[in-house]
Amino acid sequence: MAKMTLDQLRKLREEKKQDLTRREVEGKEIQVIVGMGTCGIAAGAKQTFDEIVKAVEEYGLGKDVIIRQTGCMGLCYVEPTVEVVMPGMPTVIYGKMTADAAKELVRKHLVEKTLLENHIFDRPAVDIVKK
Amino acid sequence: MAYKNFILVCGGTGCESSRADEIYQNLVREAEAQGVKNDVQVVKTGCFGFCEKGPIVKVLPSESFYVEVKPEDAKEIIAEQVVKGREVKRLLYKKDAKAAENVKVEDIEFYQKQFRIVLRNCGVINPENIDEYIARDGYAALEKVLFQMKPEDVINELKISGLRGRGGAGFPTWRKWEFSRVPQADQKYVVCNADEGDPGAYMDRSTIEGDPHSVIEAMTICGKTIGATKGYVYIRAEYPLAIDRLKIAIQQAHDYGLLGKNILGSGFDFDLEIRLGAGAFVCGEETALLQSVEGKRGMPIPRPPFPAVKGLWGKPTVINNVETWANIPVIINKGGAWFAKIGTETSKGTKVFALTGKINNSGLVEVPMGTTLREIIFDIGGGIKGGKKFKGAQTGGPSGGIITADYLDTPIDYESLTALGSMMGSGGLIVMDEDDCVVNISKFYMEFCVDESCGKCAPCRVGTNQMHAILEKITDGKGTREDLDKLKKIGMAMKKAALCGLGQTAPNPTLSTLKYFEKDYLEHIDERKCVAGKCKKLVVFEIDPAKCIGCGLCARRCPVNCITGEKKQAHVIDKMKCIKCGECYNACKFGAIVKK
Repeated sequence: MAKMTLDQLRKLREEKKQDLTRREVEGKEIQVIVGMGTCGIAAGAKQTFDEIVKAVEEYGLGKDVIIRQTGCMGLCYVEPTVEVVMPGMPTVIYGKMTADAAKELVRKHLVEKTLLENHIFDRPAVDIVKK
Repeated sequence: MAYKNFILVCGGTGCESSRADEIYQNLVREAEAQGVKNDVQVVKTGCFGFCEKGPIVKVLPSESFYVEVKPEDAKEIIAEQVVKGREVKRLLYKKDAKAAENVKVEDIEFYQKQFRIVLRNCGVINPENIDEYIARDGYAALEKVLFQMKPEDVINELKISGLRGRGGAGFPTWRKWEFSRVPQADQKYVVCNADEGDPGAYMDRSTIEGDPHSVIEAMTICGKTIGATKGYVYIRAEYPLAIDRLKIAIQQAHDYGLLGKNILGSGFDFDLEIRLGAGAFVCGEETALLQSVEGKRGMPIPRPPFPAVKGLWGKPTVINNVETWANIPVIINKGGAWFAKIGTETSKGTKVFALTGKINNSGLVEVPMGTTLREIIFDIGGGIKGGKKFKGAQTGGPSGGIITADYLDTPIDYESLTALGSMMGSGGLIVMDEDDCVVNISKFYMEFCVDESCGKCAPCRVGTNQMHAILEKITDGKGTREDLDKLKKIGMAMKKAALCGLGQTAPNPTLSTLKYFEKDYLEHIDERKCVAGKCKKLVVFEIDPAKCIGCGLCARRCPVNCITGEKKQAHVIDKMKCIKCGECYNACKFGAIVKK
């Protein structure tokens, strides 16, 4: 890279900040968890995941949202599945989350704070480890 | 590219030597082999500080904190965590072997009492990637200094912050800078002292290994403030990894135009050069260091004039220690007032300690000034190894002293440690238990100073030799009570008359143990006994025939084969052949071996 000016340095910092905030966990209250069992991956969960990452960044939510993957949630018939945990909203498991639906999900659930109709399939079972 | 997981592998020297680099290579290879290389970013980062449990691997965003990882584990980490999204339970940090619950990073007691300013980026970013440093507000302080602040403002901010030199003596940093800023000179210099020489200390090495840009940025800030265009980092050749990372960092800063001519278009020029030290302890002393940078023999010269006024090639020179430098960008970014809120009345900010010795969690810790030794040793350090009794903590290396159990609750700062007859030093903290002999340790440090004395002034050259001879006499069981007075007399004379810090502080370990552990010295002299069993000439190992069941374990462990006996019969030690290594004593399960 050529020598930078002040503005270029600032721009680079903002860009790279986004990359790094994705690694951080502290202070993030919203969790988007993508089911990535074999079934999920076969149904396209990887594309779903990428789409969520992209959409979260587009809406500038990077500093509030943790995007992580987990194993199979058990709803193999509606894969890919995505669970969203967010303060002030019920915890919901969404199914049939294709890449397009994932984009919708970020807009509706995370930004507009309304549930995404037609994709709600379940709420998580009681966590026996915590109870 | 959207990564789903981030794997941070510790790349500090400690973990590298336990094959962390292989772990890194294997992770990268496995990610490729298992077809997930676009899903996971493997990053080699700086020291996590939790060296006791190294090599450390941390996976984000699940925050899995893996300890004692082996290269063979890479396959499983990729297969489980990246492909299937499950943690590898068996590698997670557990408080002790029996605990079933796995612990999250934020719950590990090691990190709970720490406050990381200097180590802010260690274990977080890839030190070989300038972009990651920039993303964590890197070079933002430099921006401020180049375009918004006047040199006076910078110095004022440092003054408000109360930052003092972390090399040991604790001189206010702003005053050094001010001394160099004021005089007119055709050239001035900025120097980083990375000649970390205390046995057991590795704070500066880890800082440069984990976050080299913080030092580069700080030195550039200083250059702009005092009007210097040239800087040197004096680092010991024994730190190859730190040197490599620093070289890479300097090159990257050059490529980005953050070093060199016309930095960020501001018209300010600044450049850095690395100078390798050959590992002489005295070169950590600032005047000797500057001599060495000039290409001369590393020997101290009398001060004043101080380097700030007349330093490298007779020009005003600011010389600070690595840890001091690493604080500067944070102070500029967050303001001196923010920094001044941390710490005690006279000592602001944090201090990094290298915690070693008989302690459960050895490692690198950064705590606010004013934290007590008890918190560092028992809360962060997890207490003494093997549940033994705490005897003392050595701070400040060969220049410091020993702090006893009575003073564990003293809040640590520059003044309190000096009052206890020790010193802050650069931050080495060696913990000793009941099995350590303070007389023997004093002898060890004095031997170190005999070797490292440059020989220029008589008090140090002759004094260290004489004190060492007396200490040897005592540990050989030939000491007299008069010897103790002699030690004190010579020690006091050296403190007053020696030319530089090395000679002035060399008697400290001996004087402080004489003060707090006189009883141990007297035992060596009056009873010809070393209770800890470390002074070999004073110890005899014997087997108690009543307790020995004749298992033969001691005989197998003995490196010189001096233990003999029939099976199931009491064994005997041949005292003529015995080298008093203590292996048999540690091996015996029946307490049959007696130290006398």
